[in-house]
Amino acid sequence: MVDPRRSLQLVGQLLAYATFALVLGYFSASPAYQHMDPEQALIKMSFSHAGERQEECRRMTAEEIAKLPPNMRQTMDCSRRRVPVVAEVVLDGIVLYQGTQEPAGLWRDGPSTFYERLAITAGPHTLTARLRDSKRVDGFDYEKTLDINVLPQQNFAIVFKAETGGFIFE
Amino acid sequence: MVGLKQVVRYGFEKVEDWFDAIFGPDWNPFFHLGALGWFFYWIVAVSGLYLYIFFDTGVVQAYESVEALTHSQWYAGGVMRSLHRYASDALVVVMLMHLLREFALDRFRGHRWFAWLTGIPLLWFVYACGVSGYWLVWDKLAQYIAIATSEWLDSLPLFGKAVAHNFVNSAGLGGRFFTLMVFIHIAVPLITLFLMWIHIQRHAQAKVNPPRGLAAGTLGMLVVLSLVYPAVSQGPANLDQVPASVNLDWFYLAGYPLLDVIGGAQLWMMLIGMTVVLLLLPWLPPQRPQTVAVVDLDNCNGCGWCAADCPFSAISMQQRSDGLPFDQEAVVDSQLCMSCGICAGACPTSTPFRRLKPISPGIQLPEETIAKLRERTVEAAADLSGEGRILVFGCGHGVELDHLKQPSVATVQMPCVAMLPPSFVDFVIARHYADGVFIAGCRSGDCHYRLGDEWMEQRFAGKRDPYLRKRVPRERVVLSWAGPTQAKRCARELDEFRIRLRALEPPQGPIQDARHQRRGI
Repeated sequence: MVDPRRSLQLVGQLLAYATFALVLGYFSASPAYQHMDPEQALIKMSFSHAGERQEECRRMTAEEIAKLPPNMRQTMDCSRRRVPVVAEVVLDGIVLYQGTQEPAGLWRDGPSTFYERLAITAGPHTLTARLRDSKRVDGFDYEKTLDINVLPQQNFAIVFKAETGGFIFE
Repeated sequence: MVGLKQVVRYGFEKVEDWFDAIFGPDWNPFFHLGALGWFFYWIVAVSGLYLYIFFDTGVVQAYESVEALTHSQWYAGGVMRSLHRYASDALVVVMLMHLLREFALDRFRGHRWFAWLTGIPLLWFVYACGVSGYWLVWDKLAQYIAIATSEWLDSLPLFGKAVAHNFVNSAGLGGRFFTLMVFIHIAVPLITLFLMWIHIQRHAQAKVNPPRGLAAGTLGMLVVLSLVYPAVSQGPANLDQVPASVNLDWFYLAGYPLLDVIGGAQLWMMLIGMTVVLLLLPWLPPQRPQTVAVVDLDNCNGCGWCAADCPFSAISMQQRSDGLPFDQEAVVDSQLCMSCGICAGACPTSTPFRRLKPISPGIQLPEETIAKLRERTVEAAADLSGEGRILVFGCGHGVELDHLKQPSVATVQMPCVAMLPPSFVDFVIARHYADGVFIAGCRSGDCHYRLGDEWMEQRFAGKRDPYLRKRVPRERVVLSWAGPTQAKRCARELDEFRIRLRALEPPQGPIQDARHQRRGI
């Protein structure tokens, strides 16, 4: 003879386990999260670049060099601090981003780091990237312009490598 | 905050009533949330070890190896992968419920601060385990998480170069990244395990294994879920594209959409702020220092029963210091004592029959002495009248005892019913202070002081010292376990007990009038 109370308990346990399984199964991969318009593309500008030194290096005199310990002797005396780097992204003549990044480090002697995500509409555009890493107050030291045609959800990267001539569009 | 706590507590109590009816108190999952957390951790660890055998580190190989595991050996690797995911999700569920429940039931203050304080960092580590695991699959979700997490890390002024720069395009990512992530995904769970071990250090007989039936049911549920709805990848990651929509695991990744809403720095501030508040909660507001159990060496014979029964490892047996001819003496660690009084209930010298006046057992609470308990017992019994007189010894965390009072029912409340030495039951019945004794403890399987219900059951069943003497007629004693929301059931059991008592033969032996006893204690 089956105990009806025990049977009800078993049914209740099955229901409890099934509910827990449903909660786990559903929320482990649902609902979907849309974090960007699927019709848009993304320009991602990311690079680290050190600006010029704030002060020009100075050639040390022979007396000054002689005063230094033998293992620390060098011909040039350079200040550590570097100038902030200014970058600009222009799309179809409209400035999408313009910013200045301070050099990293306590002594401000490290590189300036840029990381920007810029959502744009997919399609043909004229893209210009500019960068100033010198003490000049206006204008830019590097500039690159390219006609691009970006697809929806495309990730278009702008990186900067001074040793290869400046901006690289990928 | 008190109001919020009461609302949450009431909610838990009601849901636990249903689960009590379905699973019974022994298997009620709400009473084993911590143990279930351990259980899920081991499932994750074992399934993770299996996955590790087949996982390949590399930008392309990582995804391909997981896909092969999922599809070409769905019966083993696929199930293991799903178990790995679902047990991880279940771990988050029970962990958060455990946190909320301990808060609602006020089990985080006083000397319980240690478990609370060591539990909060576990939240961060468990989430770090989950998030790092999702990176390894290197599908579209992994890509989203990798980039969002890196950007979130970059909002802290810690890194010279942007961490997210590693994911700016396909060219920047190498296989060594996956080696690093595997290392993190193994190291962080090991640290988590260590923290879990620390978390339970101040609990005697910590429950790290759920009851077998509950464990079997839960594992079965996870296996069935893994077979019916296996965990799958969301297509290979491609850094040249941005997945506009991803299927998040909301148990681990619910905070990620907040990054888009409030920004990384604000999310850091919010989470760190919440963590600090949670860490400080045991002292908000500061609590009056608890009185702790006191040992009276003149009456301590070093039997060790109190140390064996203390649920918080607050009593240790140490070498005798007073020259009496016993090997050991009980020593109370005031930093661990929770003032439950269970030690006094375990002490063989805690007996109301003692001729020594005032009664002074080997160990007791200074504000809830055994002498006072005897006095309250006799006083309460003096007011009983009618047939089927019942004396209720009740727990301060169970049913509201005032609801049980009647002319033939008197109540005596104490911090935990396990503070009641079984000899008191003998005392009440043998001396006819009442026709029956009703022990109203808190919810079965969920003693506020962890082990009180278990010890009482064992003492009354003669399986644990000090046990209830055989001469006590068992039909005159009832052990009832009920939480605050189970007052009706408790009252019904009390009524049924009274009816049974009335049907019994009158007690044998000389009847001592309680009122006379009260005057002549």
